Amino acid sequence: MISAIQNPRIQFLFQCRYQFNFPPKARHFHRSTVLLNSASSSSRVLTEKTLTSTSPPTSEILTIRKSLLSRERKAVEIAEEYLNRLRVTEPTIKSFLHVSENVMKEAEEIDLKIERNEELGVLAGVLIGVKDNICTVDMPSTGGSRILQDYRPAYDATAVKKLKESGAILVGKTNMDEFGMGSTTEASGYQVTANPWDVSRVPGGSSGGSAAAVSARQCVAALGSDTGGSVRQPASFCGVVGMKPTYGRVSRFGLMAYASSLDVIGCFGSSVADTAILLEAISGHDIFDATSSKREVPSFASQFISTELLESKPLKGLRVGIIGETLGDGVDKPVVSTIKAAASHLEELGCTVSEVSLPSFSLGLPAYYILASSESSSNLSRYDGVRYGNQAAAEELNSLHSDSRCNGFGPEVKMRILMGTYALSAGYYDAYYKRAQQIVILPSVLVRTLVQKSFKDALRENDILISPAAPSAAYKMGEKKNDPLAMYAGDIMTVNVNLAGLPALVLPCGFVEGGPAGLPIGLQMIGGQFDEGKLLRVGHIFEQTLQGCRFNPPLVA
Amino acid sequence: MASLCSRGLRTHSSLLCPSSLFTTRNGVFFCTMQNTQTEKTKTRIGNTKTTQIKASTSTTQVRENEKMLNDYEAVIGIETHVQLSTLTKAFCSCPYNYGSQPNTTVCPICMGLPGALPIFNSKVIECAVKLGLALNCKLAMTSKFDRKQYFYPDLPKGYQISQFDIPIASDGYVDLDLPLEFGGGHRKFGITRVHMEEDAGKLMHSGTGTYSQVDLNRAGVPLLEIVSEPDMRTGIEAAEYAAEIQRLVRYLGVGNGNMQEGSLRCDVNVSVRPTGQTEYGTKVEIKNMNSFSAMHKAIDFEISRQVLLHNQGQADQIVQETRLWEEGAQKTATMRKKEGLADYRYFPEPDLPEVVLTEDYVESIRASLPELPEMKNRRFENMGLSVQDVLLLSNDTNVCNFFESAVDKGADVKMAANWIMGDIAAYLKNEKLSITEIKLTPQELAELISSIKGGIISGKIGKDILFEHIAKGGTVKAVIEEKDLVQAS
Ligand SMILES: [Zn+2]
Repeated sequence: MISAIQNPRIQFLFQCRYQFNFPPKARHFHRSTVLLNSASSSSRVLTEKTLTSTSPPTSEILTIRKSLLSRERKAVEIAEEYLNRLRVTEPTIKSFLHVSENVMKEAEEIDLKIERNEELGVLAGVLIGVKDNICTVDMPSTGGSRILQDYRPAYDATAVKKLKESGAILVGKTNMDEFGMGSTTEASGYQVTANPWDVSRVPGGSSGGSAAAVSARQCVAALGSDTGGSVRQPASFCGVVGMKPTYGRVSRFGLMAYASSLDVIGCFGSSVADTAILLEAISGHDIFDATSSKREVPSFASQFISTELLESKPLKGLRVGIIGETLGDGVDKPVVSTIKAAASHLEELGCTVSEVSLPSFSLGLPAYYILASSESSSNLSRYDGVRYGNQAAAEELNSLHSDSRCNGFGPEVKMRILMGTYALSAGYYDAYYKRAQQIVILPSVLVRTLVQKSFKDALRENDILISPAAPSAAYKMGEKKNDPLAMYAGDIMTVNVNLAGLPALVLPCGFVEGGPAGLPIGLQMIGGQFDEGKLLRVGHIFEQTLQGCRFNPPLVA
Repeated sequence: MASLCSRGLRTHSSLLCPSSLFTTRNGVFFCTMQNTQTEKTKTRIGNTKTTQIKASTSTTQVRENEKMLNDYEAVIGIETHVQLSTLTKAFCSCPYNYGSQPNTTVCPICMGLPGALPIFNSKVIECAVKLGLALNCKLAMTSKFDRKQYFYPDLPKGYQISQFDIPIASDGYVDLDLPLEFGGGHRKFGITRVHMEEDAGKLMHSGTGTYSQVDLNRAGVPLLEIVSEPDMRTGIEAAEYAAEIQRLVRYLGVGNGNMQEGSLRCDVNVSVRPTGQTEYGTKVEIKNMNSFSAMHKAIDFEISRQVLLHNQGQADQIVQETRLWEEGAQKTATMRKKEGLADYRYFPEPDLPEVVLTEDYVESIRASLPELPEMKNRRFENMGLSVQDVLLLSNDTNVCNFFESAVDKGADVKMAANWIMGDIAAYLKNEKLSITEIKLTPQELAELISSIKGGIISGKIGKDILFEHIAKGGTVKAVIEEKDLVQAS
């Protein structure tokens, strides 16, 4: 359908698509013939080499709660412990753009509450990092952009308000690619964050700061945002759990918009349970977001079965579809092996795993980039230097706008604004606009419908779908900086999920070689609309039964 | 005209936005607006052509002009912006009161702060459906909002939430009668579309003209934009069309329709073509008319200007542009030239769901519609009033209500109409009062008319009592008895 259209504007799409198939760097890709049951030996060996302990991850949030309620520990001690680790690791990791001055004061208040036997919120005393594009009244919120340097919002985002109401202590604002545009956090207007597993590598992006902070245990959990994979890919790179909820599950009010029809606020934790508790705390309808869903929020974590009670086949009967298109050309072979090993593990747990095909899969990437950049060109118009943010000194109005934006935005943001403006441009008269719309916008919208349909079909035959979260493990800083198309191609695993508005959970499932201790690989589980509960339940069992893996980076181990 | 823009926004301390937001950067910022180019064009066009028309006052020239005008036909279309008097703005809970201190009725949403999202005020749909029905339009049972994008300091988000390809109402018409002094006659003008959108803020230029400040109180106030078909041919037709829209807006109670406050704004497109030609001439947009008579005069001026250019073989000097009506000089002058059509890069607003109407909802609104001017006029005509009387009466809802209530209390229809439009209207005009502000009640007017009609008092005495009542009030019976005014039989 797209290929039949002769329009130079589409050219980019093809470049983009083909780039994915033929990456610039010579690598050896083979369509994997490994059977699902034969787990890759190399990844297994590596995993065993890495471990120091084989106990599955426990919920940090529940542990904190237990020790607070039993008066075993004080909130200030817990906060101190995290802050100390933050102070030690931050000069290397650089995951925070701002660290709150109120952490200890807020911890003291929690201790006072405990002394007075007052009721505690579910996140009482839990240190949480917040991505810098989520508005907080008492901390600067810049979206990683120089144009909003030192900007302090007038209101808390709904998700932040809910965290505060649950007793959470906000540690600070985490680094990110400017306005969420990037996959490495290198496009931050302020600093480059390092991957705690190998500080010469990127943490992924755009929520790289949040993922790195949780991975390095600088905080218990963190909020991120996911427009095309910005929670899931860094979760994979940093070996933490990342959840992208269904579009509309969490209010976007207070999230600086990148692409409004794709943006969701998501969560990071070091265990599935923590991720579930955090998601539950921030979910729900919000009158301030007309696109937020009125669906009731189930109690995600309370449905988890304790490991001791697990039968030998706890996931018996669960139909798992492994997306064929995500295991082919362009995906690193060790990644494929690790995902297949994860599929075997699911089979051992009683799932039936079969390969499914999503025919529209490869169309998703160009459609995503057209839609996301179109919407972003509009959403970023408000940063004009008139009411807030950095303002250029100018003699007349046009240069006020252009200089403020020219100085304030980084190159990646400028490129996407230009792409989006171009995609939406009408030329000079209505008829051409309509024609242009039919040619450029409609196909993207149409592809979106196709993607939604193919997911729907696949999810009719399967309870969940699985795939890698990214085609590779964390790569070196600077490696893709000058090759945006290669970086965009890395989003192929995740963007389709945003186009379809579906929930997806990424959790670490193994390692590949690289860095001082191996590099973690994330398994992506995709569910039907509002099926977060199922994903978290399956993810929890997977995580608790995964043998021989401990995802603590060398930095904190 | 070096107008400058300052970041002089100040919020009220009681509002959501803490002052820290603005005080971090206190330095006032200066910049000039992009008006240097238009300045030149204005002088060129203004000097040569417009003065000629102004000078043409001698009778021969007037006659010549009339003859000239007969050879050409003007085509006029009007875009009307109606500000809705909903309690809150279109997408946030801020109120809007004309004349409030600058930036006192703003919030994160209407200021376009990062992360803020619009929430739709359903009252706006109700107003749109009411007006759509009153304009005999087809309603789109499913419509949507779109973003219209351009940069201007008074547009906080860098886009205006509007409706593009699916307006809530379209394909309607208005019926109206022209006043007799303008030749009378019945007219039907087509309505292309009615759509919902939000207003922008206002730039306030400093007295010295060296800088401007932005007031965002008006940003986000709901508007209905009504686009007419290019069905009007003269200034008076256009003015009467606009007056009819104002009456409808007031009858329906969706807005106050006040042109001075900018609650009703008309942008008029005027083109001229030789009589008989089917294709349209180049159209020129006129703005800045804040009364119907200004509209009438501005359009007639613009028609003459264009006809003169045609006649002088300089039709190529008529260019696509926006011209402002200058009330003092009684002429239109170039504000800005249009360099091609603006590309607003419309696309569907992803932050708002579709607007879906149900049959039941539309029917309940249809049932609740008040009697509209057109229907009222027909009813008055059937009561035996002349077209002229009807038009005068129905022009002002308050006068109309006074009349109807006097008739209800038993007043003779013709006499009531005569008194109201004669002595009472003259008094109101003199004292600059509204009919609701006088002491006379419809009940007493009915009493008075009955007393005269019944021969109890003379017409002359009746008039004395009338003026006394207008000023002081009281009952007719008491006055007649007290002053012993009964006519000697
Ligand atoms: Zn507001």
